[in-house]
Amino acid sequence: MTGRATQEEHLRELVLLRRVRDRIDRDFAQSLDVEGLARGVHLSAGHLSRQFHAAYGEPPYRYLMTRRIERAMAMLRQGELSVTDVCVAVGFSSRGTFSSRFRELVGESPREFRRRVSTETAGLPSCVSKRVTRPVRNGEARPATPHVA
Amino acid sequence: MDITIQYSFLPHDDADAALSFYRDVLGFELRNDVGYGGMRWLTVGPPAQPGTAIVLEPPAADPGVTDDERRMITEMMAKGTYAGVVLATSDLDATFEQLQATDADIVQEPTDQPYGVRDCAVRDPAGNLVRIQQAG
Repeated sequence: MTGRATQEEHLRELVLLRRVRDRIDRDFAQSLDVEGLARGVHLSAGHLSRQFHAAYGEPPYRYLMTRRIERAMAMLRQGELSVTDVCVAVGFSSRGTFSSRFRELVGESPREFRRRVSTETAGLPSCVSKRVTRPVRNGEARPATPHVA
Repeated sequence: MDITIQYSFLPHDDADAALSFYRDVLGFELRNDVGYGGMRWLTVGPPAQPGTAIVLEPPAADPGVTDDERRMITEMMAKGTYAGVVLATSDLDATFEQLQATDADIVQEPTDQPYGVRDCAVRDPAGNLVRIQQAG
């Protein structure tokens, strides 16, 4: 009985975490902070960070950074906007922070990435393409592959 | 061969909430509503596509699913990482405006994706991710 009640509480909390994650996905370009995100679902910032990390493998602020970089990668692939425009469009107020977060996650600078990108995922359903091209912390920064003809 | 997609399945955790989302929010028609042992299966589909439907099913109803697996599926549904579907519409922006007027959880506003589609995303009440893209 207690186990069941605890499990239902746990599920309710997971739904709150999902709302926070969805809000980051939706509003990433706005100036979000963990305190505000936590207030939105009536949790403390510390509790939200811990539980979010446990559920999704990274704390909410890092997830926000990941989301912004993911979108920045998409915009850079489109090739229409400058690196500075992309930086602002995905919610960074500092070009330096943008570049270092980008390099940390992707393994190269936004400018280098923009030059290198190709259309290798064209034709995949969006849900699949979004998953396979999403930046993954620590899984992304591979050494550059040498160009062999 | 001449094979079409007849049914695909999405889990629900509340049949009434699922029905109100797929019928009242997305405009699907209810084609079948089957109850068994306290569980409910709802078959819904777009009126313009009579040959294809989504069955909203209780998760892990298969008796071969263990308790641990069932717990994990329920948790993944709650945290929104379990299942999803991609739909299409002839007017994405109008559709999105209608969605915004409901209490559906919006995950993504209409966005041009680098792989050539323009789409938006919402959650269904069970946590499934519903992406809707502009039809070509």
